[in-house]
Formats: sequence, C-alpha cells, structure tokens
Amino acid sequence: MKKIFYKEWDIASQTYWMILAVLAVISAVAGFAVLHMEHSGHWVTGMSNQIVWGTPHVFAVFLIVAASGALNVASIASVFNKKAYKPLAPLSALLAVALLIGGLLILVLDLGRPERLMVAMTTYNFKSIFAWNILLYNGFIAIVAFYLWTILDRKMNRFYKAAGVAAFVWRLILTTGTGSIFGFLVARQGYDAAILAPWFIIMSFGFGLAIYMLVLSDFFRLSDRPLGDSVMFRLKNLLGVFVAASLLLTLMYHMTNLYGTENHAFEAFILRDGGIYTALFWIGEILIGGLLPLAIVFHPSLGKSRSWIYAAAIMVIIGGIATIYVIIIGGQAFPMAMFPGKTVIASGFYDGINGLASTYSPSLAEALLGIGGGVRMLKILPMSMADEVADPHSAS
Amino acid sequence: MKTTDQTDHKRRDFLKTGVAASAVTLAPGIVMHTAEAAPRDKAVDSSVRWGMLVDTFKCASGCDSCVQACNEENGLEAYSMPEGADPEKWDQQRPKWMRNVTLKDNLSGRISNLPLMCQHCENPPCADVCPTGASFRRADGIVMVDRHTCIGCRYCMMACPYKARSFIHENVDIKPELAPRGKGCVESCNFCVHRLDDGETSTACQDACPENAIIFGDLNDPNSEVSKALAEYPSVQIRADLRLNTGVRYSGI
Amino acid sequence: MSKSIEQKSVKFAVFLAVLVSMLMISTAYAGKNWRAEGNSKASQMAQNAEMCVRDTDFMRRNHMELIQHDRDVTVRQGVRTLDGSLKGCVTCHANKQESGEYVPVTAMSGPGGSQFCASCHVYTSVSLDCFQCHSTVPTE
Repeated sequence: MKKIFYKEWDIASQTYWMILAVLAVISAVAGFAVLHMEHSGHWVTGMSNQIVWGTPHVFAVFLIVAASGALNVASIASVFNKKAYKPLAPLSALLAVALLIGGLLILVLDLGRPERLMVAMTTYNFKSIFAWNILLYNGFIAIVAFYLWTILDRKMNRFYKAAGVAAFVWRLILTTGTGSIFGFLVARQGYDAAILAPWFIIMSFGFGLAIYMLVLSDFFRLSDRPLGDSVMFRLKNLLGVFVAASLLLTLMYHMTNLYGTENHAFEAFILRDGGIYTALFWIGEILIGGLLPLAIVFHPSLGKSRSWIYAAAIMVIIGGIATIYVIIIGGQAFPMAMFPGKTVIASGFYDGINGLASTYSPSLAEALLGIGGGVRMLKILPMSMADEVADPHSAS
Repeated sequence: MKTTDQTDHKRRDFLKTGVAASAVTLAPGIVMHTAEAAPRDKAVDSSVRWGMLVDTFKCASGCDSCVQACNEENGLEAYSMPEGADPEKWDQQRPKWMRNVTLKDNLSGRISNLPLMCQHCENPPCADVCPTGASFRRADGIVMVDRHTCIGCRYCMMACPYKARSFIHENVDIKPELAPRGKGCVESCNFCVHRLDDGETSTACQDACPENAIIFGDLNDPNSEVSKALAEYPSVQIRADLRLNTGVRYSGI
Repeated sequence: MSKSIEQKSVKFAVFLAVLVSMLMISTAYAGKNWRAEGNSKASQMAQNAEMCVRDTDFMRRNHMELIQHDRDVTVRQGVRTLDGSLKGCVTCHANKQESGEYVPVTAMSGPGGSQFCASCHVYTSVSLDCFQCHSTVPTE
C-alpha cells in the first residue's frame, strides 16, 4: 500500500478567493437578517405563538444531525478498521465540527435573548434534554478536535483508536439527544415517540454522508485531483443502505401511529390532508429523499455514473430538509388534542378551530438566517482545509 | 403612555380598597383566609397551593370579561401593531395569557365555553424542559417564568400541553408596573402573583367574571371557597392522561 | 555611537512619560468634568433621606449584586420588601420636572441632563438591561 500524503488544497488562488467572496456575501446577508430580527423582534419572522419553532430550527436541526453523520467516514476508518477510509477521515472530522458550529449558530442567533447565551452556558437545569444537548454539542466539538489531532500528529497517533471510539460513541449519544428534544415532548401528537431518537441517528448517517460526498467530490474537482471510482462507489452503496434504513424507520413511525386510533387524526393530517406538509412528506421526504436516490445508487448503469451519484447525494439533502420540516413544523401545525371527543368551534388563540391547522409562512429574514448558518459552516472549510486533504492515490 | 399607567394604578387602588372592605363585611372564614396569604416580606412556602375551579355551566358564550381583565391587569395590550406587519400574522404573534374556547361535543353537539390559561401543573412540563431553569414552579404552586434568566428558546412553548405560553415578539413601549415584561422572553398566566404577594386572594379574571364562574383560592385549605366547591361538584383536569395534577380544574366539560 | 543610542532612549522615555501623564490627566479631567456637570445629583427624595439602603460607597460598587440577589429572592420566593428593589431605586432616584412629570432614570439628555442611572452607565459604557422590562419612572 502506498504511503498517504496530505497536501494543502492547491486550487488557483483566484478560484479560492472567488469562493470565499461568495460565501462572505451570503454570510453578510445572513448577518443583516440577524440584526434585523434582533432589532425589531421576532414579529418580522413567520414564527408566531402558534408555530413556535420555524425555518431556522429546521436548518439548525438538519445541520446538527448531519454533523454527527459527517463523522461516519472517519469512524469507519478508526472504529471499524477499514484502512481504505483512513485518508478520508480528516475531512470527515473537520466537516462534522463545521456543520455543528453552523447549526448551533442558527439556534443561538434565533434566541429571543441571544445576548444571554452566557446564562445558558452557566445555569443548567439537568432535567432538560436541551441543557444536556448544550453539553453534548460542546463535548462533540472538543472530542472531534482531539480526534483530528490524533490523526494528523504522529506523536498523538497512539490515542487515535481511543479518540475514534470516543467520538463515535459521543456522536451516537448526541443524535439521540437531538431526537429526544422532540421525542420527550408529551404535549404534541407528532412528537412524544421514542422512535424519534433512532430515526434521527439513521437520518444523520444519510444526511452527513451525502454532504460529505458532495464536499469531497467538489474539493477534488476544483483542485484537479483524481478521485478514484472505488471510493465514490463504496460511499454511494453506504448511502443507499442509510437511505433505505431511514425509509424503514419512517414507515415504522407512521405504522405505529396508524395502529392507535388516538393518532389517526395526526396521521391523516401528515399523510393526506396536510397540504404543504403532505406534499413535502410524499414528494420531499419519500420520493426525493428516499426512493429516487435509492433507485439511482443501486441502478446498474446510473449507479456507476459519478454525476448521478452526485445528484443522488443532493436529493438526500433536499429530502432531508423536507423531512425535518415535516417533523418540526408539521408537528406544530397540527392542533394539540386538548379536548378528546370535542371540537373547538371558537377560540381567542387559534386552538385548531374545527380541526384547522395553524398557518405558517417563513419570512425572508428567518430563511436567510437559516441558509446563512449553512454557509457559515462551509466558509470555515476552505480556510482551514488549507493544509490537510487526503491524497486520493492512496485510497485505492 | 403616562395616562395608561396612572389609570391602571387608580384602578388597582380601587381594587385594594374593595378587597379590604369585603374582608371586613364578609364572614370570619374569609378574613382568616385573607390572613393566610404570605405578606410582602415573607417567603412563600408549600403550605399554600393556589388553584382555581372554573364552572363552565356559568361561563357565558360571547363574554370575554376575564380575558379583558387579564390583558389590562398585566399590560398585555399596551402597544400597537408594528408598522408594516401583516395583521393576520400579527394576531397569531400577540401574547395571550388567557383565552376563551368554545367546544362542541362530537356526539351530542353540546356546546360549552371555558377560559383556558396556564393550568399550574404540579409537575409542569415547561419547567422540566427549560434549559436554564427560568421556567419554574414556586413553592405555593404558581408556575411562572423568571424573565431575568429566560433566553427565549421557546422550548417550554413546545412542551406545554395547553399552549398556555406566549413569546413576546416585539418591543414593549409601556413598561407595565405590575408585570414587567419585554421583547424576547416567554410569559404566561401567573395567577396575578403580584396580588397574592401583596396579601390579596383574588385574581383579575375572578374579579371580572360577571357570572362568578371562576373560583380562586388555596387548594390546601379545606375551608377555602375553592376547596369546598371542588369537594361538592364534579370536576376534571384538561389532559388528565398526562397526570400533571393541574392547579386549574373545570366542571361541566 | 553607544551614547547616541542612550540619548535616543532617554528621549524616548521622556516622550513616553509625557504621553502617559497627559493621558492620565485627561482621564482624570474627564472624571472631574463629569462630576462638575452635576450629573450624579440625586433627586430631592434621595437628598432628603439620610442615606441609601447601604452607604454610598458600597452602593456605587455593589448595587448590581444587591439588585441581582434580591431580584431572585423576589421572583422565586415572593418577597417584595427587599432593599434591592428596582422599583425602590427608581422611586428615590428619579427627578421630577417643574411640570410634575418624572424624567426617566435612563435619560441621557433633555431636562436636567443625564439622569441617575444613565450618567454612570454611559460614562463607564456598561449596558443596562433592567429597563427593557422595568419602568424608568416611579409608578406610585
């Protein structure tokens, strides 16, 4: 086996600055969106007292879930001893941290009082899964940073295996915690399900890997480095397995709900009558995020085409955002069942009058905040990736 | 701005004298009960649990006196719609501590009205999920938000089974004297805690109800009006399946 | 050769000393000026009272801790008669105009100039969070 060479990302400096400039502009726009929201208050967003968490949370949860998934490739190398993946590990770890920071940034900037972040960091209510998540996120960044150190520094190589296992276990706990943010909510029919935790873990595998594949192929293409088919084929097969598993858990979640009469109204809302949520579920979550990429990666000829694999990864990401949207916004739009056997026919506070769902339309400001968070995490990459990218020759 | 504050204050003074007068004229039981409330300089303790019974048989359709009184007492409407806001969306963003709900039974078609607000659970889900502990249950059973440590994450609003909490989406122009509030925090009904701390034993909604459908008092005192009523009439908790042991009970739904 | 270096460094030291002392003087002067303007003038009520809830030196340095401690006791335990009551601060330290209307304690300009809270907090550029929710004029 050839020796692994890590070399800086040697793209033309013009291209580099172009990418940086585009990312900076988008970040600046997001920055203005944040200032606008903080100055005026949340009324400029589409979020209300009926739909409490909106688009920023969709993007934030997606990025956080994807972050732990992006670590997969590194874990396969270190925990499961697959040597072929080892050169791909540093990018994987770095991407994981970047995605997580992007997601957290959105969450923090969407707070009603973001300047009180210090309070959240210093006063903990340990009964709150949210408080645990703050510890999990910070711990993740620290552990993955240490892991990266053990990969890149020969002197630290003896801790490589231990750090890899720690990071892998931590990321499983982290996604469990993220899923539990919703799984623990007894109040709402769409949440309150233990299956949300494993479902989030499976989703994280898929989302993270898809993002990783896009970043990997883009980086290599821009710097004219050869990326062997075998790497991409291994990764796309893995992606297919994750997407299939995710579909299975989606099926399980809805089947369990459909079995109990109590949840029929909620299921009818998501699967049949929910308008935008139903459309996002069937077209976004099931078709674009599930069946189509699955068909592509396992298709005898399409599955061998690099551009189709690339498209499949993009589909998984689009489908993933749709999935999180349906879970978070759809779960809130469905009126809470406070009075079983009765219909609310009038209310001073939109309690689902005649079973009507809450309305929500995201405003420009919050969408920009969400997208900006996504870009922020990418912006970190080209700058700090400057001295470590796997040399593709060694991968084969 | 100024006038609103002053009117509010005059009205409060009037209410205070009203309570004092009633304490003199009513039966000795009521006077004793008034004395039980923690005076201003004593810490509250769990010997008292504040609670409420709503008699929905008396709650009249189309009446919103309790909601109006709540809004006025806590200064919830002391501002106007921001310029450029969409009225429909703005209405969904307005804070409501208390609202009227009209229900129709799916089988019988029977109509019932009730006011819905924070149910002051013994095991409040909002306090469980709050990352900073800003959402908490006071020793005397009142569930409230410590706005000094609330970071505005709205997780409590996701967790509340009664949709009883509101987030303040806009700048508050007039700072209310009794319930200081401002942009970016979550808030909800606190059983008019400023009155209780002052030794009063009624809430604004109870005082405002023309039908006396709201009975408020100490659930731990068997002689309180609310305890007696609860012992006499059948009542339910909303979402009793969650076993939160709510401080607000309803009869007739 | 070495002498000239020495001379240069002496010159530089003198220059530095002058610069530093000028800075110090100007800072001190700014402080003096701030007091001379009468910005910290207490309201009539505060002047009539013997002293604040603690002595003035203590309050200047520690009022924030007192207020923060007592605010937690008030919110969490319902005790409303504490020294660190923000309402108490405002009641005593707000100035009244001739028209009878109060000037907000956070006013930086306008009648009577910079007011009690604003004068120090602006000067030290410490942000003041209390009055995003609390009233800046007495409500009694």
